[in-house]
Amino acid sequence: MHIHRYEKLWLIIGTLILVVFLSVLAVQTFFLEMGPPSHAETMDPESVRDSEMFADAELTEIGDNEYEIAMIAEMFTFQPGDLEIPAGATVHFTLASPDVTHGFKISDTNVNVMVVPGHISKISHTFNEPGEYLILCNEYCGLGHEYMANTITVY
Amino acid sequence: MTQPIREATAPHPGTEVNEEAVTGIAKRDSRLSSANLYIAFIALLIGGTAGLLQGFVRSGFIELPSWISYYALLTAHGVLLVLVLSSFFSIGYLYAGTSRVLGGLTDKTLVFGWTGFGLMAAGTAIASFFILSGDANVLYTFYVPMQAHPWFYVGLAMIVVGILSNCVGMFVTYQSWRKRNPGQLTPLFAFFSNAVFVLWVFASLFIAVFVVGMVIPWAFGWVPTIDPMIGRTLFWAFGHTLVNIWMLTAISAWYVSMPKIIGGKVFSDSLARVAVVILVVANVPGGFHHQILDPGLSTELKFLHVIQTFMIIFPSLMTAFAMLATMERTGRSKGVTSLLGWWKTLPWSDARFFAIIVAMFAFIPAGLGGIINASNQVNQVVHNSMWVTGHLHLTVGTTVVLTFFGVSYWLVPYLSGRKLTRSLNKLAILQTLIWAAGMLLMSGAMHINGLLGSPRRTADTSYGGHSAAADWALYETLMAVGGMILFVGILLIMYIWIRLAFFAPKGTTEFPIGEDYREKDRSPLFMDRWSIWVALSVISIAIAYVIPLINFATGHSPGSPPFLMP
Ligand code: HEM
Ligand SMILES: [Cu+2]
Ligand SMILES: [Cu+2]
Repeated sequence: MHIHRYEKLWLIIGTLILVVFLSVLAVQTFFLEMGPPSHAETMDPESVRDSEMFADAELTEIGDNEYEIAMIAEMFTFQPGDLEIPAGATVHFTLASPDVTHGFKISDTNVNVMVVPGHISKISHTFNEPGEYLILCNEYCGLGHEYMANTITVY
Repeated sequence: MTQPIREATAPHPGTEVNEEAVTGIAKRDSRLSSANLYIAFIALLIGGTAGLLQGFVRSGFIELPSWISYYALLTAHGVLLVLVLSSFFSIGYLYAGTSRVLGGLTDKTLVFGWTGFGLMAAGTAIASFFILSGDANVLYTFYVPMQAHPWFYVGLAMIVVGILSNCVGMFVTYQSWRKRNPGQLTPLFAFFSNAVFVLWVFASLFIAVFVVGMVIPWAFGWVPTIDPMIGRTLFWAFGHTLVNIWMLTAISAWYVSMPKIIGGKVFSDSLARVAVVILVVANVPGGFHHQILDPGLSTELKFLHVIQTFMIIFPSLMTAFAMLATMERTGRSKGVTSLLGWWKTLPWSDARFFAIIVAMFAFIPAGLGGIINASNQVNQVVHNSMWVTGHLHLTVGTTVVLTFFGVSYWLVPYLSGRKLTRSLNKLAILQTLIWAAGMLLMSGAMHINGLLGSPRRTADTSYGGHSAAADWALYETLMAVGGMILFVGILLIMYIWIRLAFFAPKGTTEFPIGEDYREKDRSPLFMDRWSIWVALSVISIAIAYVIPLINFATGHSPGSPPFLMP
């Protein structure tokens, strides 16, 4: 087998770029806590609505401008409905689905996570800019999928 | 028993045309390949029509009648284009090329081929019926616990079993040739074919375990629950392998046929085979990059899969090098001495070449987009947005499909014993330009809209006039306009195909197979020992999938009851 000199060079350059690229990703993932949302906890989908964690959940302040909320993503809404928070607040979302798979995406932010029945998903975000954000379901979940949206108002 | 291919001769003037004599392929082999192509093109027409309507609905141009939902159209679009079109086309094309380079298909291969064809065709008909009757609004990914009519899944299972039968058929001819030609390297085209069908086996096994082992019993109500995470994982193990299947099928034409079309030779037989082997061995387990935002998978595991996904970069870089080197050498052999003069000597007015080189160009942004999508963090920005749909239309919708169109310009007349006339060649060039323009507009608008946040797989993205959604409407409209251009392209390719298959003047068409440049670039014989590559692939698949699947199976994930769609 014969590899042309230029091809060797081309592959070596490509490999080096790839190594640098993967190293950046690795540093971000493992040292800067920028890894993708990967919470691992299971829950019976049929018990979500009555569970302690999700039934009658509300936005609760757990620290200095830091909030927590457990939300149910179900066909075709997010419970408990629209939210209001002050600017600069960090919100920790805990999500589960009692029915099919949904997506949880907040417009104009990088909040984006899948909500798969049987598993609990978690994601956090700090809302610095005031405004009305759209929470939308970005995974097809049935014929009413396009209506599955709520808002978060940051004041 | 194999049938030798007859030397093609021109029909004798004045007497009845001897069908056997005008085609360069045994009639019985050509019939099987043609049958596969019929279904591929019909799927393209129906799937393309669905795509056109999707663009119209999303942009608000039309409202669908109450008897069909947007999601039924989208299910049809996905199933017909990514599953049906690609599988039937790859089988029709690879069987024909293999028959050409190995001197005919064996009797057994034809039996397996026709059995597979029958199963796949019947499965396609059944699945399409339930999709269009509105009983399978689950999209081509059919994520459980959404549930379609049980017979929709039976249709899918038949397609998969049919594909497996075709795999056996290909292996029979390949191995029988090796037995009859000991100590000889298999022709490069046959090596590609075999690789594609090895990948089909891996892909089919994943999806067969899921559909036959889990979904069908649950859909008929024999078992009460199903695990959605195992479902997603098995689906994407299949889905990502399918991506490699398309790519390998497409690049077989780039490596083997393109050099002959431009009047050159294969750059390096051995490097081509190395690229194929890397794709088969290293990249099957890339499927988890579709699950970067899923719960229940650790960041370490996700990172491992990012690395495995990026292994595709090596064969891609090697391919880019080999293609340009082939073109340059060909130009030099024609006496070009200036640095880039060879570029001008390429046969730009030959539709076979033109479609393929435009497909190659599309792979540059398509590949870069793929790197972006698979990068852990950035995935969070684009996941499930229209960006991804834009990416799909560049990869499979342009790189792969335009290569298929380019292949059709010789494959279809080769099979029908006809000729691509000058006027059809012109139309084919026009078709390529239309397709490129339509995709540039549609896919470009999709990419931008995705970055702005517009979700994919959503019939209406106005969200009651919410301000966050206000910017999306313009791009939804551009997508619809791009879709109209593409639909013209589909009508044009249908016309060209019908002419080439049934009406164009009789004559001999060559199936271009490039020769090697130099003897020393040939591969060592062990490259043909597929047992090595299959064993390595199994190891790499095990590294990727054993841990998560065991985790899910034992993780007290309680399982989900069905939710019927609609
Ligand atoms: C007339 C040509 C085409 C048009 C107008 C078109 C249009 C569309 C549109 C508007 C969508 C987005 C639907 C949504 O997410 O809401 C879509 C999705 C898609 N298209 Fe096409 N398309 C065309 C051809 C193709 C071809 C040739 C392929 C591949 C062979 C393809 C593969 C896909 C795939 C894989 C999806 C994603 C399906 C899903 O998310 O379930 N399309 N297409
Ligand atoms: Cu949803
Ligand atoms: Cu949804």
